[in-house]
Amino acid sequence: MSAPILTLDGVSKRFTKPLDAASKFANWMGAGYTEQVVHAVDGVDLSVTQGEVVGLVGESGCGKSTLGRVVAGIHPPSAGRVSWRGQFTDEMDAQQRRAATLAIQMIFQDPMSSLNPRLRVTDIVGEAPVVHGLVEKAQQDAYVVEMLERVGLDPSYRRRYPHQFSGGQRARIGIARALAVKPQFLVCDESVAALDVSIQAQVLNLFMKLRDELNLTYLFISHDLSVVRHLSDRVVIMYLGRVVEAAPASELFKGPQHPYAQALLANVPSITARKKRFAPLKGEIPSPLHPPPGCHFHPRCPMAGPRCKAERPVLKQIAPGHVAACHLHDGGVGALAA
Amino acid sequence: MAPVLEVAGLKTHFFTRAGTVKSVDGVSFHVDRGEVLGLVGESGSGKSVTGFSVMGLIDPPGKIVEGSIKLNGKELIGLDEEGFRKVRGREVAMIFQDPMMTLNPVLRVDTQMIEAVTAHDKVSHKAARERARDALAKVGIPSPEERLNAYPHQFSGGMRQRVAIAIALLHRPPLIICDEPTTALDVTIQSQILAEMQSLCAETGTALVWITHDLGVVAGLADRIAVMYAGRIVETGAVDPVLDTPLHPYTSGLLGSLPAEGEPGAPLRQIRGSTPSLARLPQGCAFAPRCDYAQADCLAQAPAVTAFPGERGVRCHHPLNLAGVAA
Repeated sequence: MSAPILTLDGVSKRFTKPLDAASKFANWMGAGYTEQVVHAVDGVDLSVTQGEVVGLVGESGCGKSTLGRVVAGIHPPSAGRVSWRGQFTDEMDAQQRRAATLAIQMIFQDPMSSLNPRLRVTDIVGEAPVVHGLVEKAQQDAYVVEMLERVGLDPSYRRRYPHQFSGGQRARIGIARALAVKPQFLVCDESVAALDVSIQAQVLNLFMKLRDELNLTYLFISHDLSVVRHLSDRVVIMYLGRVVEAAPASELFKGPQHPYAQALLANVPSITARKKRFAPLKGEIPSPLHPPPGCHFHPRCPMAGPRCKAERPVLKQIAPGHVAACHLHDGGVGALAA
Repeated sequence: MAPVLEVAGLKTHFFTRAGTVKSVDGVSFHVDRGEVLGLVGESGSGKSVTGFSVMGLIDPPGKIVEGSIKLNGKELIGLDEEGFRKVRGREVAMIFQDPMMTLNPVLRVDTQMIEAVTAHDKVSHKAARERARDALAKVGIPSPEERLNAYPHQFSGGMRQRVAIAIALLHRPPLIICDEPTTALDVTIQSQILAEMQSLCAETGTALVWITHDLGVVAGLADRIAVMYAGRIVETGAVDPVLDTPLHPYTSGLLGSLPAEGEPGAPLRQIRGSTPSLARLPQGCAFAPRCDYAQADCLAQAPAVTAFPGERGVRCHHPLNLAGVAA
């Protein structure tokens, strides 16, 4: 295996809601309010090699989008480090940082809220490459035509505004904008979630075509396991800010090891399962403001034991490239480790 | 046995400045007692408007221009608002995609549920509250007595949808129309709601019309499927034959588009183009411009329904997989 191009090393992202003036005053009187902290991402290690498609899966609130934003450089990590092509991002000088930011582009879920409604497509797609000196101003129009053709949009529409397009076409504009700065790494955050099935298939095919043509690497964030299974080489499953299992896609879908991964896979509706008896997980995802101690999953886990309530499980290798964070694979759930 | 719901030739059109939008254009289907009908389609196919038409929720500029909707043998079209009030909740209830839109954000859950009970039954406030509490317990809401005093925003998305389901079940209607009730929910919560609905319907014999774009959910839940495209039902039949040997090229294309069914990494069989504008439908078959099998007659004339044994029907000039249905 070649060296990873992107590495996350114990990355955490915390969001803190500072106390307002009234609470501060109440504290001065001795009320004892504390700041509320959300551990959106809690100590995640991840490495991605050149040309790989990594699927990041989890339910709402598990921190997958926050992790994507940390990777894309939108949020700085609260703890831990990100390195791009062997260099830590916090040690880069301005020029290197600009190169890294351009190389990692993000495609968002809702193109309507990520495309400027008052710009024409030609400016949405063409502005960044001109600003960053990738294309001469005079060549902008020809370059936009090339980009739109690449994502399967009719270039004669380039004078139009985003609202004049359908959902699927807007998704393509978002992709064209990301591709315009010649990225090497794309972070796709639920990029097909809002699309109808037939349009989703078109966009997924486009992603795979671009990967082959441009030798792109993807971090593909989705709650939809069937999309991730179709696209990914490797799958990472998150629950409440932590990675619970990571494995090559074929292996993970054959034999998930973490109880949460097992439940998630069993609950995916499939057209081959007719008149099925749904056997759901109990309970709901706890608030990330007050995550349960020990293993975050233990209140909903059918196998939980006393050790799960007290001790945080670590990621343990089960097979080559396959890791899971569960006490079941690390000495059992019963007694506390000495 | 007479069906719970019988819809025949329903046409719901919206008269807008941009032209007449034929959201529902000649839809016929029926739902038997205790049956689950999956109404499947992409956005803009008219599946939700069909549900709204049954509930009498079409407001101007929309209008039901033609057709008949019979609920337990009683014609609903032409019923006035007072008549619909008697039907809604008692004989047919609806669950919407976004429970935040169904629940009044400024009223406590008990106020809303008691109002729903007393709308149809002359019972005391106390008895109504007890019924509300029992309904909440039934849909799996923990400590229902305390939760009655909560406001909708104090519930999570899944719990809110459970409250909406509990309200729909208050009068044990023989039919519930569910409009994408699990689309906004996470996979594990969706599974909980589906399990809840399955056991409740088995218990009470309630029939469901389950409107969704998710073929996977329908496969797991429904007895029969109706696939809609551009305001018309293009294929109906029992779940197994429709999903295994689809007759309509659109159904076949939808199934091919599902990433779960394809070989990982291989290109998906996509349907080209996008859904047509309902204000400017092509003259012939609405699917013809996107169809790989379209011929001259498809562009000239809209196909009629061809019926096959076993309540199977397709609206296509050149259906696929005909060998599978030859009687």
